[in-house]
Amino acid sequence: MTNSVRSARARSGAAALSTRRAGFPWVDLVVGAAVLVVLYLIVRVGAGTDVSFDPAHPLTVDTDPANLPYDAARSLLRMAVALAASTVFAIAYGYAAARSRRLERVLIPALDILQSVPVLGFLSITVTGFIALFPGSTLGLEAAAVFAIFTAMAWNMAFAFYQASRALPGELDELSRDLRFTRWMRLWRIEAPNAAIPLVWNGMMSMGGAWFFLTASEAISVVGEDQALPGVGSYAGAAVHDGDLGKIGWAILTMVVMIVAVNFLFWRPLTAWAERFKNEQAEAADAQRSFVLDLVRAAHWPRYLGRAGRALTERIGRAARVFGVDDRQLAPQAARRRAGDLVFGFAVAAALTVGLVSLLGYLHDRTGLGVFGEPLWLGLVTLTRVVALIVVATLLWVPVGVWIGLSPRRARIAQPVVQVLASFPANFLFPVALWVFVRTGVGIDVGGIALMALGAQWYILFNTIAGAMAVPTDLREAMDDLGVRGWQRWRRFLIPAVFPHYVTGGITASGGAWNASIVAEVVTFGGTTLTATGLGAYIAEATGNDDFPRVLAGVAVMSVYVVLLNRLVWRRLYRLATRRYALAA
Amino acid sequence: MALRLLAHTTRVRAAEAAARESARRSDGTGTDRRSHPRSDVRPGDVLLSTRDLVKSYAGPDRDLPVLGGVDLDIRDGEIVALLGRSGSGKSTLLRLLAGLIAPTSGEVAYRGTPLTGANPGTAMVFQSFALLPWLTVQQNVEAGLEARGVPRRERAAAALAALDRVGLDGFESAYPKELSGGMRQRVGFARALVVRPEVLLMDEPFSALDVLTGQNLRRDLMELWADGEFPTRAAVLVTHNIEEAVTMADRIVVLGSRPYGHITAEFAVPLSHPRRRGTADFDAVVDAVYRTMTGAPTAVAPVRPAPAPGLRTIANAPLPAASVDGMAGLADLLRRENGAADLADLAERLGLENDDLLPLVDGLDLLGFAAVDGDDLRLTLAGAEFAAADVRTAKEVFAAGAFNVPLVRLIVTSLRHSPEGTLRAGFFRDLLAHHWTGEQATRQLRTATDWGRYAELYEYDADPQEFRLAPAEA
Repeated sequence: MTNSVRSARARSGAAALSTRRAGFPWVDLVVGAAVLVVLYLIVRVGAGTDVSFDPAHPLTVDTDPANLPYDAARSLLRMAVALAASTVFAIAYGYAAARSRRLERVLIPALDILQSVPVLGFLSITVTGFIALFPGSTLGLEAAAVFAIFTAMAWNMAFAFYQASRALPGELDELSRDLRFTRWMRLWRIEAPNAAIPLVWNGMMSMGGAWFFLTASEAISVVGEDQALPGVGSYAGAAVHDGDLGKIGWAILTMVVMIVAVNFLFWRPLTAWAERFKNEQAEAADAQRSFVLDLVRAAHWPRYLGRAGRALTERIGRAARVFGVDDRQLAPQAARRRAGDLVFGFAVAAALTVGLVSLLGYLHDRTGLGVFGEPLWLGLVTLTRVVALIVVATLLWVPVGVWIGLSPRRARIAQPVVQVLASFPANFLFPVALWVFVRTGVGIDVGGIALMALGAQWYILFNTIAGAMAVPTDLREAMDDLGVRGWQRWRRFLIPAVFPHYVTGGITASGGAWNASIVAEVVTFGGTTLTATGLGAYIAEATGNDDFPRVLAGVAVMSVYVVLLNRLVWRRLYRLATRRYALAA
Repeated sequence: MALRLLAHTTRVRAAEAAARESARRSDGTGTDRRSHPRSDVRPGDVLLSTRDLVKSYAGPDRDLPVLGGVDLDIRDGEIVALLGRSGSGKSTLLRLLAGLIAPTSGEVAYRGTPLTGANPGTAMVFQSFALLPWLTVQQNVEAGLEARGVPRRERAAAALAALDRVGLDGFESAYPKELSGGMRQRVGFARALVVRPEVLLMDEPFSALDVLTGQNLRRDLMELWADGEFPTRAAVLVTHNIEEAVTMADRIVVLGSRPYGHITAEFAVPLSHPRRRGTADFDAVVDAVYRTMTGAPTAVAPVRPAPAPGLRTIANAPLPAASVDGMAGLADLLRRENGAADLADLAERLGLENDDLLPLVDGLDLLGFAAVDGDDLRLTLAGAEFAAADVRTAKEVFAAGAFNVPLVRLIVTSLRHSPEGTLRAGFFRDLLAHHWTGEQATRQLRTATDWGRYAELYEYDADPQEFRLAPAEA
């Protein structure tokens, strides 16, 4: 090869390297100090999670606002642990489902159902088990709280990993087998990086949604006694119970600060970092940027750590050779495979049957199978609320979202605000709404719709903005040029253009609304408690009374409603959206 | 039998070209492998072999073969080009050689041992490069060594040496997306070569590059090969580009696609490197290969090759992926050339790949608008009329021609017999499914929809997926 070309290129490569190292002499100090502070806080705050606990002596929350920073740190730690657990779970679950044809048939439908089970349902069903796991310590309660948050985060992350692995470009799969990658290498060099972007974005969405469950997960009812772990959620819960609007204000403020800080210090850098996993040929023009990430990248010592890390990963990679080489048998024994399928199918069916029979037997002994009747009827009432909410939110927010999204300037201002609004736990605002209801005489049966909407509606707005931003400029100019305006513009252009994004938002909003109904249909403020007729209120009351059969029946029925609504409405709309209205054809 | 005869005659033709070449050739064949770590093989030994290799995919009522009964040996010291049009199963054959997919029957053997998994003696270069975008160039090249458990230091040294050899030293810490297409494929080559495979497998390695970049990379690689600096003993190149095959290969295996992939002819190319197109010997081989690929072994010029009805059926005359605009353009071009043009010439002048040009040729042939005649493509009377007509008349001529096309005729007659004048696309897809894979059937229906719409024979409604007779026809 020609020598001149080679040497010229070599020089430019070296120059690019040297510019990266220059500047920011103080950065190492800042980044180093930040890491030390975070470590110190984890140790300090973490120590508070393991104190002695006796269910007979209820834990309460001190609602002195001075405690809020500590409470916030405890809540944050719980969220972080749940997020880490969700990530590990997502990779393991998604990997298993994507790699094993047999497991896939069980795991993916199961995920669909798990996603539909109300988060708070998990909590009341599992808390006793967790307490038994750590007798005499609050760690059991902590674990239950973390698990509740985990169930709010994990499912869509696992699904994201699975989908990314299934959509792995064919040539990367061939490459892995052609070069005889070890299974370990394939996971960490190909599959995990390939799924990194969807995993990070889904993690961010999950965390945004999980704030909502802080109050419920930190104040747990165990054997008839209310136990409260220190945290912002339980603080807000106590303030609501006391009817102290001032303290509620403090909690709201803490929450806003926490959400903004987590976005700035964690998600923003993480999404910007994840850009490197984009499987595209050219450098993107509008890449995510993050000040914090630039700072960390400018510091020197992460690079030294990286060098030490490489030696470690090399060791681990060597040890992980025991998992074998990524290869596929060219001649599968059809008979053996069919026998395996048969055994597997039989085992799954048997396990399901035994579980179902014993569950129904339990319900039959305790209350009779008629226990399903009431929630079925109440579910219709809540369904009406969910539908009303979606219709109203659509009529209100789609025009607003389009208006915002069509202007880059408006979108730049509005998007982060909407993001915070979507993450903000709406139940912190319930007392305020309740106060309005009592004043105006609006009943909770109708007002409940507004309470559910406080959390759920933002997904519709957020996605509509994203959809409107994705409308190609030349299409808009063509419409302007042809003089398409008014209703015709909406019907022929704008609504079809944002439809796919709207459907995505609608699915999330409807799922969120069902989840929210459990806390929105029974609302307490000070001495006042308003209870609406609905499935959410039914589950909330059954949980409060430790009425296990009713909790089970309520949760099961709600899951059925969510699954049916998704299958009969949302999935069809989604298919229509991808078939007819996808702009990237 | 006729097939073997054809292969024989083409071999003879290539041999004649070679004889002329050898008159002024100074060195040997230029393909002696002089240095390789494995010394237990001698030039000419068989490295890879396939016996009765069949690959088929499950169809609705029976398996549909994409590759039928291929016998092929890859010997030490040679570069073999697998040449064929899209759908001829050449990439499938390469993946079978690599042990990435399982044969339906028959076997692939590496040094006499049948494969049970990925072939340990090969490494692949991909059409789309298949670089991991999250790894640096060096990490990408090291990946294969890391998989073999080579220690870090040795790995790095080998990777840097390989990068140096393909002209990429200084780029080791760059990420693939910072590189141009040509450089990315150089990384692809370095990654495959660094594991010192005995046989290098190349899957259309230059087709994603622009013409100049592809040529440049090809020349660099052939220099390495000729200098014996290639750490491999043999190479297999999949391509649809005849000139590329003639430039690089010692042996060209032509794969035909009707009714499924099989070897239609084999050419030896005993020209020395570097080979230059434009020389008589080179062009002779190119022309011979072209003639085989367009299926015109005779020099007799049929004036109008429109076959008697019943000769061509949907089973043996698939619709090529040819657009009406493309065919009209080609017909117009032929008209300006006084009705005939040399195919190889045409492709080169237009800067078209075979995969772009040959479907248009097939399309014109099916419509009865043109016929291949030796090296030439010749316009028929109907074709000349089509090329010269105004928009409205062209449509009428096209409609008449389209009626010769089995699938189009099937759709029109079926619609005429249907009481409502409509039929679901699924009906025709099922009929096609007896002979073609789902993907092929879909592609053919898409072409049929396009042609029928243009000819105003029928309409197609995408939402209920229904064909409907055009108002004039109904």
